[in-house]
Amino acid sequence: MNGDSPFRTKTPRPFSRVSTEDDNVERWNLRLYVAGETPKCVQAFQHLKQICEQHLQGRYSIEVIDLLKNPTLAQGDQIIAIPTLVRKLPPPVKKIIGDLTNTERVVVGLNLVPIKPENRRAT
Amino acid sequence: MVCGGPGCGKTIFAIEFLVRGAELGEPGVFISFEESAHDLARNAASLGFDLERLVEQRLLAVDYVHLDPAEIEEAGGYSLDGLFVRLTHALDSVGAKRVAIDTLEVLFGTLQDDFVVRAETQRLFRFLKDRGITAVVTAEAGIDSLTRQGLEEYVSDCVVSLGQKVYDQSATRYLRIVKYRGSSHGTNEYPFLIDSGFSVVPATSFQLDYQVSEERVSSGISSLDGMLGGKGFYRASTIMVSGAAGSGKSIVAAHLANATCEQGDRCLLLAFEESSSQIVRNMRSVGLNLTKWLDQGLLQLRATRPSLYGLEMHLVTIHKAVSDFRPRTVILDPISSLLSGGSAYQVKNMLMRLFDWLKTQHVTALVTCLTPVSQEGTDIGISSLIDTWIEVRDLEVAGERNRALYLLKSRGMSHSNQVRELIISDNGVSLADVFFTGDGVLVGSAKSTELLRRSREEHERAADAARSERLLELRRETLEAQITAMRAEYATHAEEVQRRIRSTREAADAARLDQASVAQLRTDSGSRANSNGGRA
Repeated sequence: MNGDSPFRTKTPRPFSRVSTEDDNVERWNLRLYVAGETPKCVQAFQHLKQICEQHLQGRYSIEVIDLLKNPTLAQGDQIIAIPTLVRKLPPPVKKIIGDLTNTERVVVGLNLVPIKPENRRAT
Repeated sequence: MVCGGPGCGKTIFAIEFLVRGAELGEPGVFISFEESAHDLARNAASLGFDLERLVEQRLLAVDYVHLDPAEIEEAGGYSLDGLFVRLTHALDSVGAKRVAIDTLEVLFGTLQDDFVVRAETQRLFRFLKDRGITAVVTAEAGIDSLTRQGLEEYVSDCVVSLGQKVYDQSATRYLRIVKYRGSSHGTNEYPFLIDSGFSVVPATSFQLDYQVSEERVSSGISSLDGMLGGKGFYRASTIMVSGAAGSGKSIVAAHLANATCEQGDRCLLLAFEESSSQIVRNMRSVGLNLTKWLDQGLLQLRATRPSLYGLEMHLVTIHKAVSDFRPRTVILDPISSLLSGGSAYQVKNMLMRLFDWLKTQHVTALVTCLTPVSQEGTDIGISSLIDTWIEVRDLEVAGERNRALYLLKSRGMSHSNQVRELIISDNGVSLADVFFTGDGVLVGSAKSTELLRRSREEHERAADAARSERLLELRRETLEAQITAMRAEYATHAEEVQRRIRSTREAADAARLDQASVAQLRTDSGSRANSNGGRA
């Protein structure tokens, strides 16, 4: 059954968790809320994977929550829009809604790029 | 859809919709975008609704949707499926028949993609409709439109507009049904009150179709009953006592209250100018013991300042008080002070509704109205609403003020056209006939003076007559004495005359006798004739 899941495409343990372990760096804990396997949700997951691989390689985990299966979980993170990406760690909590096609927005929204001037020059 | 400005009761409308539904066994879901479940429960508790208990009984589910614009970034297309998921979950958890959403517009403020929000809103309404759910959706009022986001375009069934008007610092809430498909709805603005939920009072009575009573009730003043065809007022009629300050209106009103309680019926007295204890004390001074009725629960005194709240609020509180207490008589003392809460037109409008409603409830209503000294009539212009109108007037005669009472009208009964004097004593009030002189009516001590004068005159006339009688008698006696004297005189005279006649006749006889004897002598002797000839 998991074999058909589009969230599986580029990850080994797709539906629940994607993570790489490295204890010495800041860990990113991301949660993606979806409602079934709609094109937008699949797209969002793919975009997220890409961005994470690019910026957070080895220090992130993605948890995908399907609200159709666990509707009660929507309340906890105050989800109304689908798909919604929630940055649980590092704090503060950030939410990005949409299929994440606007990569720049995602990068800024998640604070993936340090705001320090020298770092800005570096990128 | 319920729309309106801030603080006009949209959320309460939504809460009550669900609570009443739960009372009917229809579970509901409250989707709140503005208040947390805890805050909602606390606010609802102030109205007497126990939301937490309903949640426990699985008659209500509350979902607080908290959206923080600062937390949310948009990157690409999205839908509001999350909201649908939550809604569906909440609906299924209680088997909801009703939904309240307060307020959807928060979405517009949080999410940037207007197009998506509109499309999803439309989908939401369709979704609810398809599930056969009755939904109350609240929306902020816009400046020129019913709602800020034009949500009414998506809601086709019923739009209720709530608002607030301030007149002379008193606010009045009102409700208007803007549209309601498939129903002939009232189109007016209906004032309402929030105390234990919404209380709506229709702005106007549509029909004049109340049943009237033939039953009569005593006014508590027997002589006044006498003026009213001997039986008093009709039950459920509207009575007005008007008059200038200090003319005794409240006392007349209190007598009706007393009479009602004496019958064992309840009476509600709404005072706008005096406190309850003041009324009780004042009425005791004219021999009315209201404390007794208060203790027995037959009389209820409610003293409020007319400016405490707006007219509509007054109307609704009276409504509520009457519904709760179920009196047979309601007294408003005085209605003229309501003018401080609204224009004459508004007061008239309010009173019209009140009177009509009291009539349908078969409640006798008595109102007092303060009028300027010189004026017959009221400032409010409600005379046409009144069935029996009593005017109490001050008459200033000969350095004192007295009260005169008369009936301006009394529909449907023969009534006195007389002006009576209202006499207030320690033992209550009574009515006395007034005196008319060429100059007008006489009351008070002027009347007493007049009475005294009249009795003196009477006395004098009687004395005069007696004197005349005596004089006549005297004259008669005198004359009779004179007659007696004259008769005596006549008798004496007559006797004298008779006697003279008699003696004359005797003398004549004697003479005749003498001549005869002389003649005899002549014939008997010639010689002797010479000797006696000289005598014959």
